Amino acid sequence: MQQRIGIDVGGTNTDAVLMQGQEVVGWVKTLTTADVTSGIVTALQELLQQTSAVPGAIRGVMIGTTHFTNAVVQRRHLTPVAVVRLGLPATECVPPLTDWPEDLRELVGQATYMLPGGHEVDGRPIVPFEPQAMEDAVYDIKARGLTDVAITSVFSPVDPSLERQATAIVQRMVPEALVTLSCDIGRLGLLERENAAVMNACLRRMGRTTVQAFRQALAIVGLHAPLFLTQNDGTLMSAAYAEQYPVLTFASGPTNSMRGAAFLTGVADAMVIDIGGTTADVGALVKGFPRPASLAVEVGGVRTNFRMPDVYSFGLGGGSIITAEPLRIGPQSVGYELTSQALAFGGTVLTASDIGLAAGLAVFGAVHLLHGLAPSFIQRCVDTIGQMIADSVDRMKISAAPVPLIAVGGGSFLVPDALAGVSQVLRAPHYAVANAVGAAIAQISGEVDHTVTLGTRSRDEALAQAKALAVERAVTAGAHPDTVQVIDVEEIPLTYLPSNALRIRVKAVGDLQLPE
Amino acid sequence: MDIAWDITPDDLEALEIGANVLGTGGGGNPYTVKLYARELLKQGKRITVIDPLTLPDDALVVAVGGMGAPTVSIERIIRGDEFLHAVRALERHVGRRIDALISKEIGGSNSMRPMLAAALGNLPVVDGDGMGRAFPELQMCTFFIYGLPAAPAALCDIRHNVVLFEEVRDAFWLERMARAVTIQMGCHAAYAMAPWSGAEIKRTAVLHTVTQARAIGAVVLEARRRQENPIPPLVASQGGCVLFQGKIVDVLRRVTGGFARGEVTIEGLDDYSGEHLTIDFQNENLIARCGEMVLCTVPDLICILERDTATPINTELLRYGFRVVVVGFPAPAPLTSAQALQVVGPQAFGYDLSYRPLALTP
Repeated sequence: MQQRIGIDVGGTNTDAVLMQGQEVVGWVKTLTTADVTSGIVTALQELLQQTSAVPGAIRGVMIGTTHFTNAVVQRRHLTPVAVVRLGLPATECVPPLTDWPEDLRELVGQATYMLPGGHEVDGRPIVPFEPQAMEDAVYDIKARGLTDVAITSVFSPVDPSLERQATAIVQRMVPEALVTLSCDIGRLGLLERENAAVMNACLRRMGRTTVQAFRQALAIVGLHAPLFLTQNDGTLMSAAYAEQYPVLTFASGPTNSMRGAAFLTGVADAMVIDIGGTTADVGALVKGFPRPASLAVEVGGVRTNFRMPDVYSFGLGGGSIITAEPLRIGPQSVGYELTSQALAFGGTVLTASDIGLAAGLAVFGAVHLLHGLAPSFIQRCVDTIGQMIADSVDRMKISAAPVPLIAVGGGSFLVPDALAGVSQVLRAPHYAVANAVGAAIAQISGEVDHTVTLGTRSRDEALAQAKALAVERAVTAGAHPDTVQVIDVEEIPLTYLPSNALRIRVKAVGDLQLPE
Repeated sequence: MDIAWDITPDDLEALEIGANVLGTGGGGNPYTVKLYARELLKQGKRITVIDPLTLPDDALVVAVGGMGAPTVSIERIIRGDEFLHAVRALERHVGRRIDALISKEIGGSNSMRPMLAAALGNLPVVDGDGMGRAFPELQMCTFFIYGLPAAPAALCDIRHNVVLFEEVRDAFWLERMARAVTIQMGCHAAYAMAPWSGAEIKRTAVLHTVTQARAIGAVVLEARRRQENPIPPLVASQGGCVLFQGKIVDVLRRVTGGFARGEVTIEGLDDYSGEHLTIDFQNENLIARCGEMVLCTVPDLICILERDTATPINTELLRYGFRVVVVGFPAPAPLTSAQALQVVGPQAFGYDLSYRPLALTP
């Protein structure tokens, strides 16, 4: 049976599992380190040692990471971006980043350029693109010392040529620039696609160093298997692709943990709560897959149109900082510094983990360091945490009937055994590493996104053709042909055009077929 | 009812939701229009709403909005000043200042577009519209149903290309010609049409629908704030009823004559388990059927709402797997007269059905 390793690199913990076929052979949980690499190296070394696995026998390594999401949410490690939009005179009244939270806009998007260009829906230019105006913008970008650029042109999903022309100008004038094109990431909906492109651009430098750190860690322990990262829909992308498109990892954490929770408990319909070091995510599992969000999803306060799992995140985790009078639990967290900053580890910061320890919910650290906490205060904290969890589960429930709740994640000891509206709390085997299990069982996808004119063929023929092509692409990307299924079909009729134009997007997924 | 009130940023949030609900699946999302309106308020501009009943009979009122494909308006966002530009073109033509603006369609993005011209041109917006909801065609509005002229009318695009229709036979002809021009303008354009008198507005408009849209949004926002399901209070406040609840299992679409027609099938859950509801749409939701039984037809309002948040789901966003509640609201009285039903009843959309008002006890 094939062996594969799933790794989850969270803000606080790095978890790794070794799976053989459908079985979890071994798992470890270590702390995420500031340099990322050494934490993964430690996890992998412990895992290999524990399972006596041979690095040469591992056929694939799948990493899920919340690194990039956390960077946006916490406004850390983000690079300032030059935001270029081609579309004037259209779009003039809503400049880029208009609806962004002010702090994030100040950090990332001080330089925005709105230039003539863009296309109409039928492919005609809105007004001619002006290379000179683009060059002027790039002079300014260069003068400001910016090297990360996001380019969005109106209707680029229909015609990407202007984004490519503008990119060529940037690359000629600023060879070291990393340019993100909106057409490579998003779909129709200018502001949401532009937002995704800007977020990707501000994460590119971090994407490079992070993926490099992953590769380095694998090399250090002698693993030469192909490296994959998980995307927001729970499928895999190659490491090289992930370096260019870090934004596609957004929300992969919740997807992995929910898929892992379903896999580990064998329960396909339930609520799932994943409590990590900094945040807790609550979502609903329907037939083993997360229920997708139906409408626009915000990341760090920014509106996007990715298809993501419908997850409610709130600031509760093992590392959540607690202050008294008034009692506040989170959203600030000590993160990966838990074992140096938390009271139970000799630090000076009171965290949710300290409360869990003092209340007897968990066992770690030095309980005698917590003798200064009054029992009544501990109870107040425990009650408040239970209430926070009950409220969030209730918010995401599909119906009023009591449902099972699967508790996963390293901080899941904070979930009480009895909760209003919950039929039973299920604690999965290997609950602490559900995320990494979800990454290890992640599938591979093939996508089609094209516009067809219905005239000579029917809608059914066009759809069948697109589905077949998506399946073929999944297989080419490495999916086992017998396991490929079409999971998503979307049709967008382009109204008000004389012809019957239809945009079709199809996604197929299957199990990754690894080399023997 | 206030005689005049100024729109606040909070009102804009409520209006966005209310306009989406009244859009009955179409009308376009007012989000980007709202962003610009919010920006204008921030700059110190004012948007004053006035009660139509206080309009002098000889006041001059112009309907302002955008026409074209909603898919285009979320991608090729407006320039911003094309609505006022169209109004000024009409003013030059008639040789008189315009006194107030009105929305032709409170459902969707046209609810707020007059407000952009109002803020930029320092003109009030009338609390009312010509539909009380959204409809796919220009002539489907009470102003035309009750005999107001369709010309002169101006179309303006993002490049400030202006086309003036000096004389048209009727609203059907304006619709045909304006559509042809709009396609050339990039499938979306601003219009200003037919200065009408205050007396005419009072006789033909659906009254107080800006207030209604704001109230719908306020009910939804308040329920969300309390973390309660907004659908029951929403249905109660508007005198409507829940038609169905379930999961979308199929969406069939075709584009004919430039409209997104299709049907969505919803499989029942909970109380509706074992049943299927089918909704026909043409940009907006038209007919809701459960088996052979017709539950609701135009001009009554059929809204597909996301089950937990009451977020209205546009017909273009309908997708397999969404959990939804379908609610029906009675059409405003000006849409249900015999005269109106010829234009906005089921037969006007090609159905061999006669309009029967929504049965409020399903």
